[in-house]
Amino acid sequence: MDALVNKRIKQVLKGDQNAFSDIVSLYQHKLYQICYRMLGNKQEAEDIAQEAFVRAYINLHTFDQKRKFSTWLFRIATNLCIDRIRKKKPDYYLDAEVPGTDGLDMYSHIPASEQLPEETVEKMELQDRIQYEISRLPDKYRSVIVLKYIEELSLQEISEILDMPLGTVKTRIHRGREALRKQLNNL
Amino acid sequence: MSTCPQYIVDYMHEYLDGDISREHEQQLKKHLQVCSDCQQHMHELSDTIAFVKSAAHITAPPHFEEMVMKRLPKHKNRVGVQRWFRQHPIIVAAAVFFLFMSATLLSSYPNDEFSFTAKPNLIVDGQTVIVPEGEVVEGDIVVKNGDIVIEGAVNGNVTVINGQYMASTSVVTGQIEEIDQVFEWLWYEIKDMANDFMALFEK
Repeated sequence: MDALVNKRIKQVLKGDQNAFSDIVSLYQHKLYQICYRMLGNKQEAEDIAQEAFVRAYINLHTFDQKRKFSTWLFRIATNLCIDRIRKKKPDYYLDAEVPGTDGLDMYSHIPASEQLPEETVEKMELQDRIQYEISRLPDKYRSVIVLKYIEELSLQEISEILDMPLGTVKTRIHRGREALRKQLNNL
Repeated sequence: MSTCPQYIVDYMHEYLDGDISREHEQQLKKHLQVCSDCQQHMHELSDTIAFVKSAAHITAPPHFEEMVMKRLPKHKNRVGVQRWFRQHPIIVAAAVFFLFMSATLLSSYPNDEFSFTAKPNLIVDGQTVIVPEGEVVEGDIVVKNGDIVIEGAVNGNVTVINGQYMASTSVVTGQIEEIDQVFEWLWYEIKDMANDFMALFEK
């Protein structure tokens, strides 16, 4: 796959914009998933995932083709997600209904770190519950947990994506796991 | 659990990361056999991981690819040009060289001043250079912005730039050239340079 990706990258660099659509098609689901798990909102996830691809396109000439493209791309996306979380822009789509929650819209998701009443959480479907628990994690633990357990990336790759030492990644995963454990036990 | 050493919890995480040493693993197993609190803690951690891992795979919405392609900058000419420069350094170098070269050549294009190659037995009448009858001029003659009349003999090339060559019974052993255009002038300069260059080897 890497050979194909590098071939497409060369074509894009030569000015063939259409070759980029193959790259988008290969990584769109993974990239969207990271953004969705980080942000917990479909519209925002779509916006940030698209933005990540656009930035990748514009800065493609800075990509070192000896390295793994997905690592570079995920790094752009996670940085954008973290920026978005930190800005805490009030551009939530409050009326968007969360599927499978039977009328539970985004009003019930803000602020994400705030705990919902126990009965509400207990009534949640499993998938919504998972996303809710992930969104309650502090963002520095959220990113490592998402990359490790949702994207199933190696610790080494996570350290490259987040540009932090392996030891820091491990510490954050350990603390993230403990934080999640406590969240789940409190119910 | 408060009585259990912290390193047991660290070992649990090492175990979950899959990079625990054999020594630590044995200590952890031994401890878990005797400590139900830690056993509980370990179970909860494993359950937590299983819980997160049971998250469904999310796929991008339809038309995602199309939307990205629409958002790409359409004509980034500046970027395109920069990229082209980066990818073709030799062509860029050649173009720059050619630019300077032609500037040099053009700057030596004759202006309006009348000039000619000074030779002992030439006669000048106004803007006309005359090789008198019976005289033999050794070497090449170049006349700029003037005419040349040859009545004697020239032992070399005669070149007239922006002027006329007039001769009746002359004897010129070399070539005779009249140059009136910029491009002819350029061509002449280039040929001249090539000849000089060849001369280096002929010596």
